[in-house]
Amino acid sequence: MTTPAPAEAESVLAIAEAVRAGERSAVDVLDVHLARITASDDQIHAFNTVTDGDARERAAEIDAAVAAGETVGPLAGVPIALKDNMCTRGVPTTCSSKILEHWVPPYDATVVERLAGAGAVIVGKTNLDEFAMGSSTENSAFGPTRNPLDTSRVPGGSSGGSAAAVAAGFAAASLGSDTGGSIRQPAALCGLVGMKPTYGAVSRYGLVAFASSLDQIGPFTRTVAESAAIYDVIAGPDQRDSTSIPQDHISVTAALDQGIDGLRIGVITELSGRGNDAFEPQVVEATVAAAEALSAAGAKVEDVSIPTAVAGLSAYYMIAPAEASSNLARYDGVRYGLRKPGPNTASMMAASRTAGFGDEVKRRIMLGTYALSAGYYDAFYGKAQRIRTLMIREFGRVYENFDVLLSPTSPCVAFEFGAKADPLTMYYNDVCTIPSNLTGQPAMSVPFGTGAHGLPVGVQVLAPMLGEPVMYRVAAALEGMAP
Amino acid sequence: MSSHHETPGASPPRAHLTTDDVAKVAKLALLELSDAELATFTGQLDAVLDLAEQLNEFDIGDVPPTAHPFGLVNVFRDDVAAIGHDAEVMREEALAAGPEVEAHQFKVPPALGEAP
Repeated sequence: MTTPAPAEAESVLAIAEAVRAGERSAVDVLDVHLARITASDDQIHAFNTVTDGDARERAAEIDAAVAAGETVGPLAGVPIALKDNMCTRGVPTTCSSKILEHWVPPYDATVVERLAGAGAVIVGKTNLDEFAMGSSTENSAFGPTRNPLDTSRVPGGSSGGSAAAVAAGFAAASLGSDTGGSIRQPAALCGLVGMKPTYGAVSRYGLVAFASSLDQIGPFTRTVAESAAIYDVIAGPDQRDSTSIPQDHISVTAALDQGIDGLRIGVITELSGRGNDAFEPQVVEATVAAAEALSAAGAKVEDVSIPTAVAGLSAYYMIAPAEASSNLARYDGVRYGLRKPGPNTASMMAASRTAGFGDEVKRRIMLGTYALSAGYYDAFYGKAQRIRTLMIREFGRVYENFDVLLSPTSPCVAFEFGAKADPLTMYYNDVCTIPSNLTGQPAMSVPFGTGAHGLPVGVQVLAPMLGEPVMYRVAAALEGMAP
Repeated sequence: MSSHHETPGASPPRAHLTTDDVAKVAKLALLELSDAELATFTGQLDAVLDLAEQLNEFDIGDVPPTAHPFGLVNVFRDDVAAIGHDAEVMREEALAAGPEVEAHQFKVPPALGEAP
């Protein structure tokens, strides 16, 4: 079908070590990955743009630096793919939308600068649900991405291209963005590790905004240690993002081998999927098995109730569209992006937006406009914001007694194209991932066994604000015990 | 902010969205919809508002709203260009993205009336 699972030598850590030692050239590493893209991305469609020319130059620079005995970064020669909603100077950044199809940003996102500074080689920009609105990558204006594990199925979304790029061996790692689960859910569906950091831990400068109080950038990798290595490079304060947490990043790599003995772990009753027909039984069982494994390994595991967790979905589908309706008001055909002619400014703007946005984006803009409009604000947006406060309080209370929490990542394994055409059915994919976006807390998905059709299942580890070190410890333990 | 505590389930049933409601919202959002689209979107958006009804099951009392995970504060710094490359190049690149540009300005059709 596509490429086999890449060997150990292809890991982020192994590549960087070999390139830094001069044992392997960055150009060779890149060529291996570009060859895979050439051979099979026409079947997968992980990429909107492959930046092979820039990547070759960059890889050659790194090899020259190594040969000259210069210091190269911790990700030297590591091929990395970027979700196509992160600005790249001189390279199109489309958000998989017709409205930005030909837009070329004049600046790099902070995460792009940090990856480059660490020696990474950017191989391309990956496909997504338009403006990151979706859970299957079927909403891309440029056609869907296919799951490399089964090309009749979706890779999840919205960062489906970034997940597929790593799963297919097109890149050693990738970055996605997560507003309601858009890193964690595709990671689960593609058998990868996907992490959404604490809100403000990674700069959003240069990330095209969807819902600004929820959006965060994070890594996709095959293993937990690789995830930690990427996160350690992209995290940390940034003067150009006013919501960036102004304290120095503490390495999560250093925490990986600290074990889990004595940790207090709660399984969230309301999100466990138990007794809920919307969850596939193997997904529910995987979380139970993960909890049992952690208990056997020395953690104290028990069930914990968080009643507002189930309200996350409802609150999110008021708050995220409200913010989106405001953020996407900037696409009006004036300063950049698609313009369709009209006899006056207002008609030009309406014609441009109507032609440039797809149906899901239009749905969310209208929903948000409605939720914010006079007479409905208190009943919808205002109420959702208060539920958000209740959730933050409830999770805060629970974390007084628990170090991390567990739930499934997604109610189901990778599904077939068109299987969730009804918007509400699609929205339900994010029921377990949304609470962490509303609270701002970190969460990650770790592969833990397989479900229906032999497809991978992800277990979600949730942690309190800036609890990434303990979250990674638990993730590393789960990875080591996965069936 | 209302001073009374809302009782779970006490809210009266919501009036369903009409195509007129959605047409009004589409106009506000600068989107043009065909009659068929209007009908489809109305049903779909109404279903999401049904989902939002679940919010009424929680006693929100006088809980304050949260707009953001942290309290947002202004971040101040000296007013100097922080972009790493030349400001003139930056300006030209930004203008190059414009659909229609004249004399270093973005150009649009008339705001009032119509183009001849």
